Amino acid sequence: MDVLTKNFSLFAKGFLGTVELTVYASLLALALGFLMASFRVAPIRSLRALGTVWVTVLRNTPLTLLFFAVVLGLPRFGLVLPFQLFAVLALGCYTSAFICEVLRSGINTVPRGQGEAARSLGMRFGQTLGGVVLPQAFRTVIPPIGSTLIALAKNSAIAGAFSVTELLGTYKTLNELGYSIIWTFVWIAVGYLIITLAISALFNIMEKRWGTAR
Amino acid sequence: MNRPAKHPSKRATAVTGPTALYDVPGPRTRRRHRVYGVVTTAAIAALLGWVLYLLFDTGQFTAVKWSPFEYRGIQDLLLTGLGNTLKAFAYAAVLSLALGAVLASGRLSEHRPVRWVATALVEFFRAMPVLVMIFFIFVALKVQALPALVAGLTLYNGSVLAEVFRTGVNSVERGQREAAYALGMRKTQVMSYVLVPQAVRAMLPTIISQLVVALKDTSLGYLITYEEFLHAGKLIASNLDYDLPFIPVVMVISPIYIGMCMLLSWFAHWLAGRQRRNPRTDAAGPAPASPGTLLPGAQ
Repeated sequence: MDVLTKNFSLFAKGFLGTVELTVYASLLALALGFLMASFRVAPIRSLRALGTVWVTVLRNTPLTLLFFAVVLGLPRFGLVLPFQLFAVLALGCYTSAFICEVLRSGINTVPRGQGEAARSLGMRFGQTLGGVVLPQAFRTVIPPIGSTLIALAKNSAIAGAFSVTELLGTYKTLNELGYSIIWTFVWIAVGYLIITLAISALFNIMEKRWGTAR
Repeated sequence: MNRPAKHPSKRATAVTGPTALYDVPGPRTRRRHRVYGVVTTAAIAALLGWVLYLLFDTGQFTAVKWSPFEYRGIQDLLLTGLGNTLKAFAYAAVLSLALGAVLASGRLSEHRPVRWVATALVEFFRAMPVLVMIFFIFVALKVQALPALVAGLTLYNGSVLAEVFRTGVNSVERGQREAAYALGMRKTQVMSYVLVPQAVRAMLPTIISQLVVALKDTSLGYLITYEEFLHAGKLIASNLDYDLPFIPVVMVISPIYIGMCMLLSWFAHWLAGRQRRNPRTDAAGPAPASPGTLLPGAQ
């Protein structure tokens, strides 16, 4: 029970590590997912193919394998970055494939008439997508994006095994210090619950404010 | 190239799809798109070329780095690893289907305490990272690597599958259940003869997609030193005799891993497509949740 009070700074460091990893990887995943989704609905075939390959490959890659390839593989090309950056890269790219599919299914829910109206106003593809279709698509996909980001937060646990400071990794230090493992894991579990509940609360608020009942 | 399309309507849907984004392009737009297409293809080709250049430049294709794959012992090591991966997957798949069935029937029970317990279990195991559960079982409960991996995967995927089963059963039309009760069936009979067969049929693509998640997650065994496929790869990759053939190992292992998962995803996709075309499953109601969109931990 007293594992937490006696090692609060260690837990806090791990907790903040997980939060940071989640935030940065989420931003990367959203940006890349948005890019790939627009590729996948673009009128240009090679862009569509690129998006499809990106999504198909990443969605079927085990995340551990991706971490393995990125964290241990990229340095072989002379690309030496801090482990945390590698972890953000792996997690962000992996999750972007799922974000892309969520966004794309959102785009498909926007009625065709919206795009026709935008075109009749003389908007170009980019304007139609960015100004008319995506804002509406975004509103319908708030809940699934929320669950994808919750999954990202949970998946970030894998980073701990690849030398990134994060919540799950704290068990190792405390185990060596001889604390009760069971209680250590209880507090780790609580930490993850706090993070996932916070994300789901955030997305509930967003859905209440912006969600549509189309 | 410029022949009028034989099936104009087919062509139009192939180009625009059901989205609101763009119209069927006219001749000028099509010319413009062709230019953009060539430019992006060139950009992608340049990117691939750069990656290839990097691979050659850092000496990834030297003979010594690829020589380990010639040896019998190393081939055996990889095959054993692959076998262990498939073994863990088989156990995890069967057990999580069983656990899912138990938890789903718990959640659908008429006894409130049973329902509560099942709900609490499902919610908890879905909220935890799989790796935390695996580590807990492995480190705190001091279980061997394979059972720990299988147990973690089973708890997580079982509780996700429980929700899939439950929504499946709930989405079967009410009339089916009422008719079965009217024939004098008991609840167990209504479930096992009427509701579950229809639910499973409708949810099969989703169930298989969840099994893809389980297959992908068997690679977590690597982190608790279970001797699976990735573990075998790591052993070869860190071998000094072959000049640390890290990239070659990744290039051999990834396609096999990704290929296995893609095969299973494709199967789910194919099933979903077949069901959509089959008028008989329309009666069962639930829209097959798009397979393959499942992310470990999502839902």
